[in-house]
Amino acid sequence: MDFDALLLSRLQFAFVVAFHILFPAFTIGLAAFLTTCEALWLKTGRDVFRRLYLHWVKIFALAFGMGVVSGVVMSYQFGTNWSVFSELTGSVMGPLLGYEVLTAFFLEATFLGVMLFGWKRVGRKLHFVATCAVAIGTTFSAFWILSANSWMQTPQGFAIDPDTGKFYATSWMEVIFTPSFPSRFVHMLLAAYTTTASVVLAAGAWQVLKGRASEPGRWQLRMAAGTLAVLMPLQIWAGHWSGEVAHEHQPAKIAAVEGWCTSAEVQGTVLVAWPDGSDCGHSGITVPGTSPYLFPSVEEGEMLLGLDAFEPDDLPPLWLPFWGFRIMVACGLGMLAMGLWGCLNWLRGRLDRPGWFHIAAVPAGAFGFLAVVSGWIVAEVGRQPYTVYGHLRTIDSVSPVPAAQVAVSLLVFMVIYAIVFTAGVVYMARIATRGFDDEPEGEPGKGPRAPGSPLGSVDDPAQTPDDIVAAE
Amino acid sequence: MSLDLPLIWAFILAIGVMMYVLLDGFDLGVGILTFFARSEDERSQMTSTIEPVWDGNETWLIIGGGGLFAAFPLAYAIIMPAFYLPVLLMLAALIFRGVAFEFRHKAVRSLTKKFWNGAFAGGSLAAAFSQGIMLGGMVQGIRVEDGAFAGGSFDWLTPFTLLTGLSVVIGYVLLGACWLVLKTEGEIYARARRWGVGALAGVAAAFLLVSLATLSIDPAIGQRWGFSMTHVDLPTLLPLSPIPLFGMALCAWLARDLLMDPGANAAPDWRPFLLAAGIFISGYFGIGISLYPFIVPYEVTISEAAAHDNALGFMLVGAVIMLPIILAYTIYVYRLFWGKVRPGEGYHA
Ligand code: HDD
Ligand code: HEM
Ligand code: HEM
Repeated sequence: MDFDALLLSRLQFAFVVAFHILFPAFTIGLAAFLTTCEALWLKTGRDVFRRLYLHWVKIFALAFGMGVVSGVVMSYQFGTNWSVFSELTGSVMGPLLGYEVLTAFFLEATFLGVMLFGWKRVGRKLHFVATCAVAIGTTFSAFWILSANSWMQTPQGFAIDPDTGKFYATSWMEVIFTPSFPSRFVHMLLAAYTTTASVVLAAGAWQVLKGRASEPGRWQLRMAAGTLAVLMPLQIWAGHWSGEVAHEHQPAKIAAVEGWCTSAEVQGTVLVAWPDGSDCGHSGITVPGTSPYLFPSVEEGEMLLGLDAFEPDDLPPLWLPFWGFRIMVACGLGMLAMGLWGCLNWLRGRLDRPGWFHIAAVPAGAFGFLAVVSGWIVAEVGRQPYTVYGHLRTIDSVSPVPAAQVAVSLLVFMVIYAIVFTAGVVYMARIATRGFDDEPEGEPGKGPRAPGSPLGSVDDPAQTPDDIVAAE
Repeated sequence: MSLDLPLIWAFILAIGVMMYVLLDGFDLGVGILTFFARSEDERSQMTSTIEPVWDGNETWLIIGGGGLFAAFPLAYAIIMPAFYLPVLLMLAALIFRGVAFEFRHKAVRSLTKKFWNGAFAGGSLAAAFSQGIMLGGMVQGIRVEDGAFAGGSFDWLTPFTLLTGLSVVIGYVLLGACWLVLKTEGEIYARARRWGVGALAGVAAAFLLVSLATLSIDPAIGQRWGFSMTHVDLPTLLPLSPIPLFGMALCAWLARDLLMDPGANAAPDWRPFLLAAGIFISGYFGIGISLYPFIVPYEVTISEAAAHDNALGFMLVGAVIMLPIILAYTIYVYRLFWGKVRPGEGYHA
C-alpha cells in the first residue's frame, strides 16, 4: 500500500469522523432522554425524574463538549484535506452545511448554556424550553448533515458546469431530499436513541450489580429496557429499508455487503467469508436461496447483481463493508435481545435484583456505538471509489498537500483523541456508575419553589439543585 | 434589480468573523489570563464568567469555516491547504481547551487537574496565536497557480506572521481582562484592571508595528492608504484616516477608564469592554480596507471565488431569516447571565 496524501487523508477523515459520530449519536439520544425526564417531572411532579435529569445532564455536558470540539475539526477538514472536492461541490454541499450552522449549531450551543447554568435564573418552564431547544438543535443537526451525506451517496438535482467541472444545484428540494435521505435519517435517529438507551441500561445494571439500587436507578432501567424493546424492531426495519434503497441506487455496495460474487436471480446469505481487496475469490459459509425472503420487494425475474457485474475499478474494497455490516447486524440483534430480556425481567419484577441480565447489559452498553461506527463504514466505504457517487472519484477529490503534512496531522489527531477520549470516558463512567445520592429530606416536588430555581423543589435553600449536585 | 450576492456574502462572512473575534476573543483572553490565577478558586471564578457562553461564541468560528466553504468554495479550497499546519494547531488547541472546561472540574487527582488547567490556558494561548498567524498569512498573501495553492508547507511562517500572532494574543488578553472587569468583583476585579492596562499598552504598540509592517508588505496596500515611496497622497489618506484615529481615541479613553480609581464617579464596569471591542473593530476595518476586493489576498477576488448564484441566493434566504433569530436569542442569553457572576451557579459543584 502506498501511503500517499490520498490514503492518509482517507484514513484521517475516517478516523476523525468515526470519533465525532460517537458523541452526536450519544447526545442526540441523551438530549431526547433528558427532555423526557424533565417533561415527566413537570407533569407528574415526581422527584425521581428530576434526579434522573440532574444525574444525566452532567454526562450530557461532557459528551456534548467532546462532540463540539470534534465537530469543529470536521468543518475544517473538507478544506484542508479535500479541497478539490470542496471547490467542485461547494455550491451544492456548502449550503446544506450552512443551514446546519444557522438552524442547529447556534441553537444547541446557545441554549446549552441556559440548560446547564440557568437554573437559578429562569423558571421551570423556561428551563424546559431550553432543554427542548437543545434536543431540537441536535435533531436538526442530524437532518442537515445526513442530507449532505445522502446527496453524496445518491446525488440528484444538480448539473455540472461543462467549463469548470463544478457542480451546481438545479433543484434544492431534490438536493435536500435525495432517495437515500429518508431511510438514512430515520435509521440514524433510531440509532441515536437506541445507543443511548443501551448506555443507560448498562449504567443502571452496573449500579444494581454494585448494590447501589435506588428509585431513580429503577426508573432508568425500566425506561431504557422499554425504549430498546419498542425501538429496536423499528430500527431493524429501518436498516432493512436503507438496504433496499442501496440495492436500488448503489448495487455495487450491496454486492460487496452481501458478498455476492456472481449475478443471479436468487442469491444466498453469506454468513462468513474472507474477501480480499475487491476480488471475489473467497470461500465462506452460505445459506442458499434466502434472497426471496430477505428482499421481498425484488420482483421475480430481476437479476441480483454480483460483483462480476461491475468494472473492477468501480468496486469498493470488500472487507470493510462486508464485515462492517455483519457487526452492525449482530449488534442490532443483541440490542433487541437486551430490550426484550429487560422487559421480561421487568414484568417478573426482577429488574432491581442482580442477575445474568445485568451482567450481560454492561458490555452491551457498547453495542450501539459499535453498530453506529460499523454502519457508517458500510455506507462510506461501500460508496468507494467515489466521493459523489458516480460523478466524482475520491482520487480526484484530495488536496494538493504533501503526504508528510497529512501524516503529521493524522498522528496529532490520534494522540490528542486518545488522551481526550480516555479521560472523557473515565469521567463519564465515573459519574454514570456512581449511583444516585440519597433521597433528599422532606417532601420532594411539593411546596413553593426556591425563587428562580426551576429544579429546586422546596423552599429550603439546602435543596436547590446545586446543593444536591454538590452533595454527590 | 439584481443583488450583488457575492458582495453581500462577503459582508455577512466579515460580520461573522468579527463576531467570532469579539466573542471568542474575550473567552480565549480569559483562558490565557488563567495562567495568572493564584489559586484554584480564582481560576474557577474566572472560568465561570465564560462557561455559559463559550460554546455559542465558538459557533461563530464554524460560520467562518462553513461559510467560506458554502459561499466561496474556491477561497476555502485555497486558504485551508495553505494554512494546513496553523489550522491543525488551532484545532488541536481548541480541542484541549474545549474539553478542559468540563474535565478540570471532574479530575480528582491533583496532577490531572493541573494537566487540564494547563490545557485550558495553553490551548487558549495557542488558539489565539494560530489565529493571529493566519491573519498575518492572509495579509502577506498566498501563492496561487491555476486556482490552487502552490506554496510550501511553511509559507505562513515569517517574522511578520509571528508579530501578528503575538498581536492577536495581546488583543484577546485585553478583551478578556475587560470582560473580567465587567463580570467579577473583589481581588480578581482589581487585578483584571491592571492586566487590562498592560495589555492595552501592548495593543497600542502592536497596532503601530503591524500597521507599519503591513504598509510595507505590498506597495498596493500603501497606495490604498495614500502612501508611496516618495509622497503622501492626502486626498486618499484623509477620508480613511478616521478609522485609525478612532482606534487611537478609543485606546486613550480606555486607558483613562482603566487607570481611574474604581471609586464613586468611576466609569461603569461595562465601558472598558465596549471600548476594547471598538478598538478591535477599527483594526478590523483597517485590514478590510487593505485587502478589499481580495478574498485570497492579491490573487482571487470576492466575485471570482463565489459559489454559484443559486447557492448564494438559497443561503441568503436562510441567513436573512435565521441570523436575526440567532442574534435575538444570543442577546437574550447574554442578558440572562448579565451582571457579576454569582458563586455556585454551575451544575457541577
Ligand atoms: C444503533 C445503531 C445501528 C443498528 C442497531 C443498526 N444500524 Fe444500520 N446503520 C447505522 C446504525 C445502526 C448508522 C450508523 O446509523 C448507519 C450508517 C449510515 C447511516 O445512515 O446509518 C447505518 C447504515 C446501514 C446501512 C447502509 C446504508 C447505506 O449505505 O446507504 C444498511 C444497509 C443498514 N444500516 C442496515 C442495517 C440492518 C439490516 C440492521 C439490522 C439489525 C442495522 N442496520 C442495525
Ligand atoms: C454526513 C456526514 C459525512 C460526510 C459529508 C462524509 C463525507 C466523506 C468524505 C468527503 C470522505 C473522504 C473521501 C472518501 O474516502 O470517500 C469520507 C470517507 C469516509 N467516511 Fe464519511 N462522511 C460523513 C459521515 C461519516 C461518518 C459519521 C462516518 C462514521 C464512521 C464516516 C466514515 C467514513 C469512512 C470510514 C471513510 C473512509 C472511506 C474510505 O476512504 O475508504 N463518514 N466521508
Ligand atoms: C463530515 C461531516 C460532519 C461535519 C462537518 C460536522 C460538523 C460538526 C460541528 C462543527 C459540530 C459542533 C457544533 C457546535 O458547536 O455545537 C458538530 C456537532 C454535532 N454533529 Fe457533526 N459533523 C459531521 C458529521 C455528523 C454526523 C454524521 C452527524 C449525525 C448524524 C452529526 C451530528 C452532530 C450533532 C447532533 C452535533 C451536536 C451535538 C454534539 O456536539 O454532540 N455530525 N458537528
